[in-house]
Amino acid sequence: MQRIIYDEGIKKLEEFAKENKKILGFPIIPDQKLGTALWVSNREIRIKYIISVEKIKKFFEGLFEGKIYATKCLSCNELYFPPQTECGKCRMENVEWVELSGEGELITFTKIFVKPYSFSHYEDYIIGIAKLKEGINVTAWIEEKDIQKIKIGSKVRLKVTKRLPEEYLTYVITIIE
Amino acid sequence: MKKKLKNMERKVGIIGVAYSKFGVRNDVNFNELAYESFKEAINSSNIDLKDISFLIVSNVGVWSSEPLPAVSLGEYLGLIGIGTLRVEAACASGSAAIKIAYDMIKSGEHEVIAVIGIEKMNESTTPIVVEMIGRAGNYFWEFENFGLTFPGYYALYATAYMNKYGAKEEDLCEVAIKNHYYGARNPKAHFQKEVTLEECMNSRYVAWPLKLYDCSPISDGSATVILASEDFIRKSGVKEPIWIRSIGASNDTSNLSKRENFLSLKATVEAADKAYKKANIDKDKLTKIFDVIEVHDCFTIAEILACEDLGLFKRGEGYKIIREKQTYIGGMIPVNLSGGLKAKGHPLGATGISMLVELVKQLKYEVEKQRQADIKNGLALAHNVGGTGHYAYVTILSR
Repeated sequence: MQRIIYDEGIKKLEEFAKENKKILGFPIIPDQKLGTALWVSNREIRIKYIISVEKIKKFFEGLFEGKIYATKCLSCNELYFPPQTECGKCRMENVEWVELSGEGELITFTKIFVKPYSFSHYEDYIIGIAKLKEGINVTAWIEEKDIQKIKIGSKVRLKVTKRLPEEYLTYVITIIE
Repeated sequence: MKKKLKNMERKVGIIGVAYSKFGVRNDVNFNELAYESFKEAINSSNIDLKDISFLIVSNVGVWSSEPLPAVSLGEYLGLIGIGTLRVEAACASGSAAIKIAYDMIKSGEHEVIAVIGIEKMNESTTPIVVEMIGRAGNYFWEFENFGLTFPGYYALYATAYMNKYGAKEEDLCEVAIKNHYYGARNPKAHFQKEVTLEECMNSRYVAWPLKLYDCSPISDGSATVILASEDFIRKSGVKEPIWIRSIGASNDTSNLSKRENFLSLKATVEAADKAYKKANIDKDKLTKIFDVIEVHDCFTIAEILACEDLGLFKRGEGYKIIREKQTYIGGMIPVNLSGGLKAKGHPLGATGISMLVELVKQLKYEVEKQRQADIKNGLALAHNVGGTGHYAYVTILSR
């Protein structure tokens, strides 16, 4: 797991800084390649965003029922995914929630090997973009783990799934053929 | 009305340029790194500090400690009491900063503006940088749930492009080989060594189909450009200024899922069209018009897309022309003789500005001999992308 490697790296850095505080009186360590002096900051913050989903609550209610919703502007018929309750084109807040078929085809994909820190507890994951029958695209993980079995143009279906270990509902692309 | 018309015709020139050594710069702090390019640029411009009436700082930040970079630099460089701001347009911040300065001078409000781009990415650990740069798309719909990374975004384009046009991973490596070839001849480049096809092909996957050698590095660096009005240039007797002929800008959707296709960055096409139109450039003769070009090759696939989106080569032909070595000196059009983002390095805020520094030096025959283009028409183009085609800027320079 990449998380262990990442955490070990940070732990080593902190231990080195702690050690040098005792010897030198400061958290100053030499750069591994250049030998130049580096100050390891004593301050650290944890960032966790708290984001309003009030206007798109219906989307999450839909996921709870196993449905994936988009919004549609009642004035110009534009379909929005990700859903938004205001149409920028019409400057109107006049949308209806429509359930997506979830059916479409894969238009591109990748497999992430070097992961962001906050995703480093997962195994390598495959991300795809599917074009749905309705004409909109959806980005999501692909359930299939073997990249050799995935092709552009594969018929796919979106499925509501529980993401572990976090245990929350999201959606995934499944390969049909 | 008369005055307004006059200002619209007002030319803007570049009178001082420099970029610092790019790389892991753990030998200097944020301000010191900026000073490295600022000092050289102002010395090369032959102006006084007091001539500068505004300071624009291009910096993405997040990974570096200074929260107000423009203010921090203002104090260190001795540029206070004039007015400053920080510009963010992801990896295109540098070109965005140039655009603001250009418009400010063109409007008649300012005569001389210093534009400094800086990024100190190595103040944070690599996993955190990977995290923060991966968030440079749409946070809620693409990062929060699916953990896209910056190489991952471009990999989505690479997969689609390779599938459509039959390009292979080896073809992507050709871009890395060329850019490392020129990087090895640029003493300020992050990587100063050539790479072979085998080394590139054997490097590990970062985001399939992109490998480590397809990716630009996490770099520290700064770049400075001093812009001045034509009036100031004539009055102060600056020799051989390089002129900004035009700047074209565009932007595209935050969510990649909203893109029409993954074969082209639409923002580049639009920005280039605007720049060509403003500079009266014949789009059918681009490779004959421009002597040298710097494109945004944050990943190898990005250079191929850029060449096609700028209109240099036909769709689907870019990788073949690059494979035939037509983007080296002596080919159809030399591209990224600095080593590009791939080998020169990619300190985000500094990148766009360093492209202009590079092109000014190319146009004036001031770069190392082995990577000097033949300057016939005295025209050069810089292409700078922010995010994954989220922002795009195209800047045209002339002697």
